Amino acid sequence: MPHQIVITGFVALYIFVLAAFAGWVIIGRVPAILHTPLMSGSNFVHGIVVVGGLYALLNASSVLEQTIGFFAVLLGAGNAAGGYAVTDRMLAMFQPSAEKSDGTLRKSE
Amino acid sequence: MLTLLPQFTIRIADLAAAFLFMYGLKRMSSPVTAPSGIFVAGIGMAVAILATFLYIFNVSDAAKPFLAVNVVLAVVALLLGGAIAWWSGKRVAMTAMPQMVALYNGMGGGAAGAIAAIELFGQHTQGLATAVVTLLGALIGAVSLSGSLIAWAKLDGVLDKPLRFRGQQAFNALVLLMVILVGGYIVFAIQTATAPIIATRHLISLFFGLALIFGILMTLPIGGADMPVVISIYNAFTGMAVGLEGFVLQNPALMIAGMVVGAAGTLLTLLMAKAMNRSVANILFTNFGAIQTEQQGEMKGSLKPVDAADAGIFMRYASSLIIVPGYGLAVAQGQQKLYEFVKLLQAAGVSVRFAVHPVAGRMPGQMDVLLAEAGVPYDMIFQLEDINDDFATTDVTLVIGANDVVNPAARTEKTSPIFGMPILNADKARKVYVVKRGQGAGYAGIQNALFYGDNCDMVYGDAQAVLIKMIEAVRGLGLAAAA
Repeated sequence: MPHQIVITGFVALYIFVLAAFAGWVIIGRVPAILHTPLMSGSNFVHGIVVVGGLYALLNASSVLEQTIGFFAVLLGAGNAAGGYAVTDRMLAMFQPSAEKSDGTLRKSE
Repeated sequence: MLTLLPQFTIRIADLAAAFLFMYGLKRMSSPVTAPSGIFVAGIGMAVAILATFLYIFNVSDAAKPFLAVNVVLAVVALLLGGAIAWWSGKRVAMTAMPQMVALYNGMGGGAAGAIAAIELFGQHTQGLATAVVTLLGALIGAVSLSGSLIAWAKLDGVLDKPLRFRGQQAFNALVLLMVILVGGYIVFAIQTATAPIIATRHLISLFFGLALIFGILMTLPIGGADMPVVISIYNAFTGMAVGLEGFVLQNPALMIAGMVVGAAGTLLTLLMAKAMNRSVANILFTNFGAIQTEQQGEMKGSLKPVDAADAGIFMRYASSLIIVPGYGLAVAQGQQKLYEFVKLLQAAGVSVRFAVHPVAGRMPGQMDVLLAEAGVPYDMIFQLEDINDDFATTDVTLVIGANDVVNPAARTEKTSPIFGMPILNADKARKVYVVKRGQGAGYAGIQNALFYGDNCDMVYGDAQAVLIKMIEAVRGLGLAAAA
């Protein structure tokens, strides 16, 4: 397959090293107040594993592979959906002081 | 030619996903932009998942007879796993967030391990590097799965004691060595094709079994106070496993997203360890409670219990107040009452701020989320380094349900297990009130000199009940504070 990109050896290492560095720099700027949403958010990001699970399941050629692939997708989908749901919920809770603005953010008591 | 377009579309979608993930995480650098950040990352995920179904046009010849079933299985698994997790994620209490994150982590690790299992059982791995990386990803993913499940059980109170026995570390090391040896032999068998396929299959099962057992053994001895670090380690582990399986499947989106999370988890782990003044190795291989102190000298002074109402009224007439919330507050579900009390004080002209220690709660930043849930604006919440110098110039400090993070022994007592840990300087305030359920010591099991200080009074009782009394007392004054 000529259109297939092949990632091997040093190319793979470059990707790993640069991605790790980018992650380190980006995450290092997240303030401590957001560390819990950050953790569940990064948890959501590794839910991308579901894509790998789907690929493996679609290419399954035996009952064993189908069974394991089913669980790979099930778990990966849970990881992604759950991580998103909790992160989204937490981030929606962070509000600035209402006093300084027009008060629209203030919750009724 | 028919297969070229789907391939190209998938590559573009993966590229977009990788970019959107990075951009989404970058937006987490402020509470203002963070909600849109996770949304952007969510779009990336949706695009990547939908595009993956284009592989239908590209499956190997061996998989073609199975394709229809595979597609049905994929859709069912996707919808089922997604729906259950979404539902549970929307319902889980904020105090239970650490165990939920541990559970999702374990799922990710399990998925990475399962992908590796398919590659191994299906004899898809070719080449030495690929075989080694597959097994490494399988090991890390499996450890993350079983370890996270134990972490979940501990945080949820299903398992309440650290389990330790003599020679445990040697035993764990032995299990790890066996995993590596079995893994090494599998690589050898795949490379040389000497072993019959059936024998290799048994070895692969053995490899996964041992890896899972190792994850359990590694997590069992770690105490509850160290769980934040453990969750963060498994977050990093799952990220790395995903990254490695991304290499196996030749999928750069998985490689990038996995490594970014691997780096994030590692960074958070180090930050947590630093906030506790301990090394990661120390957390994994020894235990807080186990480092037992020779009993420290008698505490000077005495504990001075006072009435909640009196304390509340004293704070009403202060000009500045710093509140140090701890997990005891969250356990008592007292955050809402606390913020109600704070609003009363603010209406009466008291300047109120919150001081949050990095390890307050059961995972990094959990206290911040719990306060946010109660409606406390984020500009009232300050982190240790930003507020620590202000305690000395503050009228009153109110410590609720926190213990070790305000223990001056961390500064002074060289023999103390928490010596050197950065603490909130609550003892330096002119007046300190400590709301505490009873006279027992905190997590670290050590006495707190702060409680015996001349400037400190104790308010015993459940945090929520105490706060209700304080609110009533301040309302009872009937001043302008009728907010």
